[in-house]
Amino acid sequence: MPAPVIVASDLTKKYKDFAAVDGISFEVAPGESFGLLGPNGAGKSTTMRMVGAVSTRTSGDLRILDLDPNDYGPEIRSQLGVVPQADNLDVELKARDNLVVYGRYFGLPRKVVQQRADELMAFAQLEDKVKAKVDDLSGGMKRRLTIARALINDPRILLLDEPTTGLDPQARHILWDRLFRLKEQGTTLVLTTHYMDEAEQLCDRLVVVDKGSIMAEGSPAALIRQYSSREVLEVRFGSDRNEQVAEQLAGIGERVEVLPDRILVYSEDGEAELNHITELGLHPLTSLVRRSSLEDVFLRLTGRSLIE
Amino acid sequence: MSGTESPRGGSVAAGSASGRGAQGPQSEMARAAIAAGTLPRRWGALYVAEHRTRSMAAYKGTIIATGIGNPVVYLFALGVGLATLVDANVGGAGATVSYLTFVAPALLASAAVTIATEEFSYPILGAFKWNPTFFAINASPISPRQIVDGQMLSVLVRMVPSCIVYFLFMLVFGAVPSPIGWLSILAAVATGMAVGAVLMSYVSTLQTDSGQIALLMRFGLTPMFLFSGTFFPLAQLPAYLQWIGWISPLWHGTELGRVFSYGAPEPIWLTVAHVLYLAAWFVFGWLASRRVTARRLNK
Ligand SMILES: Nc1ncnc2c1ncn2[C@@H]1O[C@H](COP(=O)(O)OP(=O)(O)OP(=O)(O)O)[C@@H](O)[C@H]1O
Ligand SMILES: [Mg+2]
Repeated sequence: MPAPVIVASDLTKKYKDFAAVDGISFEVAPGESFGLLGPNGAGKSTTMRMVGAVSTRTSGDLRILDLDPNDYGPEIRSQLGVVPQADNLDVELKARDNLVVYGRYFGLPRKVVQQRADELMAFAQLEDKVKAKVDDLSGGMKRRLTIARALINDPRILLLDEPTTGLDPQARHILWDRLFRLKEQGTTLVLTTHYMDEAEQLCDRLVVVDKGSIMAEGSPAALIRQYSSREVLEVRFGSDRNEQVAEQLAGIGERVEVLPDRILVYSEDGEAELNHITELGLHPLTSLVRRSSLEDVFLRLTGRSLIE
Repeated sequence: MSGTESPRGGSVAAGSASGRGAQGPQSEMARAAIAAGTLPRRWGALYVAEHRTRSMAAYKGTIIATGIGNPVVYLFALGVGLATLVDANVGGAGATVSYLTFVAPALLASAAVTIATEEFSYPILGAFKWNPTFFAINASPISPRQIVDGQMLSVLVRMVPSCIVYFLFMLVFGAVPSPIGWLSILAAVATGMAVGAVLMSYVSTLQTDSGQIALLMRFGLTPMFLFSGTFFPLAQLPAYLQWIGWISPLWHGTELGRVFSYGAPEPIWLTVAHVLYLAAWFVFGWLASRRVTARRLNK
């Protein structure tokens, strides 16, 4: 296996006494697409800032591209593309000028920057917004421009903190497509998300993070295999009855999970479990059989829903 | 100006994944990173200045208009208008110069301070808050120190030409008798940067603007203009108010400008003191800004 581009061991970040990141360890291989999946406040962004060599770790060890960010911050950052959770484009500059100005920070010659800026405006499908003010772009366009800016130095590692939050489905799919292409070209992707579908689509491997700790690690498929059943039966009896009905469901499926609005029955065969339930004389208002997802993994690991 | 950000001497990648010894090159990816970091480490502050001046271009109309309008209006109103009412005998002990000659270097220094208060106040807070470009820059190879240095350079790009233009108008108005009068440009720029650097270090600590900046302008900077010997010699103030002038960088910068522009008589130690005092303000503000910025960007 080639040497990893990121190695974190027992990485910790404390704000006063509060450990936002509490001793996490992971490695990312070159060309891999690695995800951090977790709810609000899990410590995803804090981890990304440490990996981005802008936030000093409290303890533990971190090596990016074989260098310690405490000693080689600028050198490491020269190899990164960073898409922060909140866009921080320069709204005083025009769209394309944002790329040009940013490229100069990497010591790139003006000519190179100009040429790449044109290519990236096309890559982000913003050719007709070259002269637009940043403020006049839609949220999705700003996000795409931020990603384009992160690519101006042709980074080895692209850090994406919730790249598609706030985008409509169409804009998300355009972004996913762009990220796929980068991955095909060999760029290492590290991304955070709290969308399971995004994690399943984009990540070769991911860690589930909660309260600053890693709960599980693996490929999306492996995690689902390990922590969930093949299928899930969702039944609703109305919010006031779910609890009470759940007691009668004991023994059905491999596991039963009660949420405020529905009951989840984990099983290899959801239809069969639904039959069992009707045989008990229970008639759910609605029922649905689906495949297990990372959402179920998360629920299993933390006892909480990923999106509250 | 860029400087080295961190101690690097002893940090040879021991136990790197490639397993090479302490002497040999590190892994290919580490070497590529180190090579790519060279230019930003050296020229980072200039890149930042390039960016900031590009943003200033958005209001270059205002910059040019004030750069020309200010000297014309003030030199005319005070030097030509007010001068007819004021006793001409104001040049300081033993020197008799026109009121215009007396007031011009003070106005020059004040103009520099005004530019500094514009560029080192809201734009700085904005770069942390409303248009957080400092955070964006910080994610690139540029270090927080270079961000501060680049900001300083970009303000000079506006301040120096503005002061030169001001000085040219002073010449046109016949307000500069001394052959070394042009040195008052340097005095003015030094004053502006001294005030600006300290202002930046303060503004960088603000989390939000709940009126602190406006308050500072009203109760800090405006009194400074009034009590810094700008319009009349400090000696004409009651003794118990003169200390305001002594601690005011604008007074020191103004007096220094007067020494240059018309040879205002003062002991040499005092002239040296003006220079040192301004330098102290600048160095303090500059280093404090670097510290505060580094801390704020390292979340
Ligand atoms: N600068 C800071 N000072 C103090 N606490 C902080 C700071 N930054 C983050 N935290 C705390 O650390 C924890 C983790 O925050 P972080 O932003 O890393 O979470 P996240 O996983 O990115 O969440 P989200 O999905 O909401 O973006 C939170 O409890 C947050 O309040
Ligand atoms: Mg976050």
